[in-house]
Amino acid sequence: MTDNAKPKFAMYWAASCGGCEIAVLNIHEKILDVDANFEVVFWPVAMDAKYKDVEAMEDGSILLTLFNGGIRNDENEHIARLLRRKSQLLVAFGSCACEGCIPGLANLSPAGEIVHTAFNTVSTDNPHGIYPRASFDVPEGEITIPKIFPTLRTLDQVVDVDYYMPGCPPESHQIGAVIDLVVKVLHGEAQLPPKGSVIGAGNSTVCDECTRKRNVKSITSFKRIYDVEIDPELCLLEQGIPCNGPATRSGCNARCVSAGAQCIGCYGPAEGVVDYGARLIAAFASVIDSTDPEEIEAILDGIPDPAGQFYRFNLAGSLLKAGKPAWEKG
Amino acid sequence: MTTDTFEPTIIGFTCNWCSYRAADLAGTARLKYPPNIRLIRLMCSGRLDPTFVFKALSSGADGVMITGCHPGECHYLEQNYKALRRFHLIRRTLKGFGVEPERVKLVWASAAEGAKFASETASFIEEIRSLGPLNWGKSGGGRPTTEDGDSPSSVLRPQSETEEVPA
Repeated sequence: MTDNAKPKFAMYWAASCGGCEIAVLNIHEKILDVDANFEVVFWPVAMDAKYKDVEAMEDGSILLTLFNGGIRNDENEHIARLLRRKSQLLVAFGSCACEGCIPGLANLSPAGEIVHTAFNTVSTDNPHGIYPRASFDVPEGEITIPKIFPTLRTLDQVVDVDYYMPGCPPESHQIGAVIDLVVKVLHGEAQLPPKGSVIGAGNSTVCDECTRKRNVKSITSFKRIYDVEIDPELCLLEQGIPCNGPATRSGCNARCVSAGAQCIGCYGPAEGVVDYGARLIAAFASVIDSTDPEEIEAILDGIPDPAGQFYRFNLAGSLLKAGKPAWEKG
Repeated sequence: MTTDTFEPTIIGFTCNWCSYRAADLAGTARLKYPPNIRLIRLMCSGRLDPTFVFKALSSGADGVMITGCHPGECHYLEQNYKALRRFHLIRRTLKGFGVEPERVKLVWASAAEGAKFASETASFIEEIRSLGPLNWGKSGGGRPTTEDGDSPSSVLRPQSETEEVPA
């Protein structure tokens, strides 16, 4: 390492699926810009490095860390705190780190039930009912596995976060744009946005990017997308398809909606939305065409899982953060 | 969880034109109802953003009462129907969260119905009292560890074992 070594870059995955890493690689030749401008010091999915290597680094010595995944166990939390200390810029990268995403849906159940489901249900081949032990003695000493927390938390519920980059996963063109910006900043050609900003996304809603035709909505029944023939030009919500576009942040170019599938909300709450699900409840309830309680109930039967529909990506980041069973037993 | 000492905290949303005046009337008529409800006046029940309900519950309320003008009598024509539909959807969503839907109640009360407002409030407080505390705020739902990183669980165990899984 010379004195004028390149700035250091790290990427980590906590409770996540690995899709964010793939999205980063999906920026194609732009990944060479990352390599040209950064020294990658820690990226478990792409290179070999040990936690103790990171622990040995000076505080603040990593310029940019992209952190994806929620905080589900004490290993996640340890690395989140470690990388916070070592990084100048910590980015909550992807929906899991920003708002909990799919792993956050587990917050509807107590942690014990999740473990039980994973190791002892009909779909699991575990005839002897073997469960993992937190610690185990071997001749070389005691080995341990991470301890699971009662609920999953978002990154900013654990450590201070500089920027948020939403998406499940973030779109490659958005990652590319952010990398372009960071490289420009490094060369003194641009300035960083204010701390706490959402980067790599728009400031409006998916509806704003959607090219489908919109009229006055009045919904008499909610339908599943496979139950009906979709009009390719007309707003999906208008056709009774529960589309989460009205509350979801823009930035994806309305990709799903253009392909004929409803928005499921992976870009998280739009600018100014406090509680994503609440915004959707307000939106959906406003366009139901009925004033009769019984009829309203019948229409709402068309949304069989409202908590999942409205909080698919946002449960851990919502106002309630978890279901009652999880917080009571937690 | 129900004890004689549990005093529920209820947040009530009233509309400017009917239900707030009903509450006012209950006051001027010296009608008595328990002091567990904190009223917030909105211009219309249609202004009730579901966010308010979740915010109330996550800030320590045990129940939320939404009130408005009777159907057909909304000062803004039909916004109370919007409140009605939101109320139904909020309840269903809360059920998905494992929260008793009965913690959210909808009451129509005209400006002349002070007595109805008082009795509905009193009966709702009793319903919530029998449901017990929601305990979201006290247990810090969704915030499992203390800031200094207390270890929340000692061992992964199947649920069938008697010990608490996540401590």
